[in-house]
Amino acid sequence: MSILIGKDTIAICQGFTGSQASLHCKQAIEYGTNLVGGVTPGKAGERHLDRPVFGDVKSAVEKTKANTSIIFVPAKFCKDSINEALDAGIKLIIVITEGIPTLDMLSLKIKADTLGSMIIGPNCPGLITPGACKLGIMPADIHKKGKVGIVSRSGTLTYEAVDQTSQIGLGQSSCVGIGGDPIPGSNFIDILKLFESDKQTEGIVMVGEIGGTAEEEAADFIKSNISKPVVAYIAGVSAPAGKRMGHAGAIISGGKGTADEKFLALENAGVVTVKSPALIGKTIFDLLN
Amino acid sequence: MNLHEHQAKTLFKSYDLPTSNFFVANKVEEAKELAEKLNVSKWVVKAQVHAGGRGKAGGVEVVESLEDVESFAKKWLGKNLVTYQTDKNGQPVNSILIEECTEIISELYLGVVVDRSTRSIVVMASPEGGVNIEEVAEKKPEKIYKASVKIDEEISDDDGKRLALGLNLNEEQTKQFLGIFKNLSKLFIEKDLALVEINPLVIDDKNKLKCLDGKVSVDNNALFRQKELLGLRDTSQEEQRELEASKWDLNYVSLEGDIGCMVNGAGLAMGTMDIIKLSGGFPANFLDVGGGVNKKSVSEAFKIILSDKNVKAILINIFGGIVKCDVVAEGIISAVKEVGVDIPVIVRLKGNNANIAQEILTKSDLNIVFEPDLSTAAKKAVEFSK
Repeated sequence: MSILIGKDTIAICQGFTGSQASLHCKQAIEYGTNLVGGVTPGKAGERHLDRPVFGDVKSAVEKTKANTSIIFVPAKFCKDSINEALDAGIKLIIVITEGIPTLDMLSLKIKADTLGSMIIGPNCPGLITPGACKLGIMPADIHKKGKVGIVSRSGTLTYEAVDQTSQIGLGQSSCVGIGGDPIPGSNFIDILKLFESDKQTEGIVMVGEIGGTAEEEAADFIKSNISKPVVAYIAGVSAPAGKRMGHAGAIISGGKGTADEKFLALENAGVVTVKSPALIGKTIFDLLN
Repeated sequence: MNLHEHQAKTLFKSYDLPTSNFFVANKVEEAKELAEKLNVSKWVVKAQVHAGGRGKAGGVEVVESLEDVESFAKKWLGKNLVTYQTDKNGQPVNSILIEECTEIISELYLGVVVDRSTRSIVVMASPEGGVNIEEVAEKKPEKIYKASVKIDEEISDDDGKRLALGLNLNEEQTKQFLGIFKNLSKLFIEKDLALVEINPLVIDDKNKLKCLDGKVSVDNNALFRQKELLGLRDTSQEEQRELEASKWDLNYVSLEGDIGCMVNGAGLAMGTMDIIKLSGGFPANFLDVGGGVNKKSVSEAFKIILSDKNVKAILINIFGGIVKCDVVAEGIISAVKEVGVDIPVIVRLKGNNANIAQEILTKSDLNIVFEPDLSTAAKKAVEFSK
């Protein structure tokens, strides 16, 4: 088992013929992902990466029975693309694109909830279930099939956690980048829930960042709902208050959302925290052995 | 992206939010004349910078003669205003706002933000507005009244009435407030704002509500469809190194320490700063080179890091996903040659093509230390900085 994606995933890519999408879809197919085609308006009927190109998501779904979509469409068109995927009945939408207006995500999130669909991202590295399915921009070769579930707000810090858990021999069940934007499609709690009920996952690594209160809310949830060992790292202890740190999400305001507060909340919930991102692998290894 | 107070107030006016009559002077010579045109005998003059805390820093005055308006303009135009929210150099005052003075009966607070935890737009109001609003929020949270605004739904009068009740408004003021509540919400949504703050919203001696200050921040991600607002950007208010970095798609924030950092990804960049601190050192900056890094941007990143004279060592930490490590390695080598780096450079490259990168760096004969382990790389950088 794994979460969200696996061998039964039937995926399409929106923005299929663009350069980034082509690069990562090619890698996904080589990895064994069941990527059955893609969508690029105006290019219906063509073939790309030896897969059919459709003009819209609806006809792609009708022809391929796709249940998942990965989106590489430029930010200004993303709202339309996500809406299209939702309307076509796609249940899992992975948005790699960064720079989507916050208010667009607000209305898309409400719509996705109403329709019972899940959005991962935006501004995220995507998802991988090692050995089965890769829908994202992460380097494939650092992953190893195994027992740790990883959920993270940051792309490259996810790779760090993956690399360490692979090197130490644990491997990963699934890795989920939820993205660092203020309004993510899915948050820590959504993913923690799935890891808790996944048999393959024996321990969880959670990587957070300063800004917002998602980690504090996750801590509350973990306290009463998660029985598996959790290791957490929060980036930004050294970040000065009020400074912008790249992700729209990483804004400290009025004393809330500091790394110290997040560490404290997580520790109170029984989570083992690490102050250095270099210690993630070793710490979860010790907990599981 | 932040707006100046006068830009915010012009925006307010276009949404029928009540403000005082005002003019903006960019030159000392025009100050007196503009003040005269307001046809009043008492003015408030305000230095226009993006930072808050202007009043306490002397950037806001109430004056009662045209001569005083002029001397305020003389005092500030072309100078830098230093407040507790700026760095030690302050921000340049390129214009001053001159407005009719309002007799204040009471000061309220009104703000709008996107609330991450409830995933909605939230309007906040408090009867205790003014400079100590953060203290009110902390010590008397029951004095902050909130209402959610749904983006695709009609804005409800009931929510507005509830806030008005919290603000202790009378019938006449409540009627006026409902208009403000609706228009402010509309403004927030239509203009893709990240924050609006009216502090204070006052009740004046004519029993009317008026926006006496305005802080507006626009969602940077939405600027592509807010061209009019993009035109209001004042880059003189931004940190110059950060501005230079943004031209190359680099995300740079200067800090106080002495170890320059170059990292891909905002999270890993913060993580690298954390490790430096844990190892006993101090990061000189946050620098995220992003996913589109190339030879040119690595070179520009070096220049920006080195323009900070406090930097004694550089730590480069790249985990190649989209980014190819060999491209970064070549960028490092050409930058070190081109820019002439005479301080130690510690490089940690992992992921995509890291082996090729190591080979390139080892062959280069330059003063570059390659260290694949993150903790060790940070320790070395700290040692070199001492």
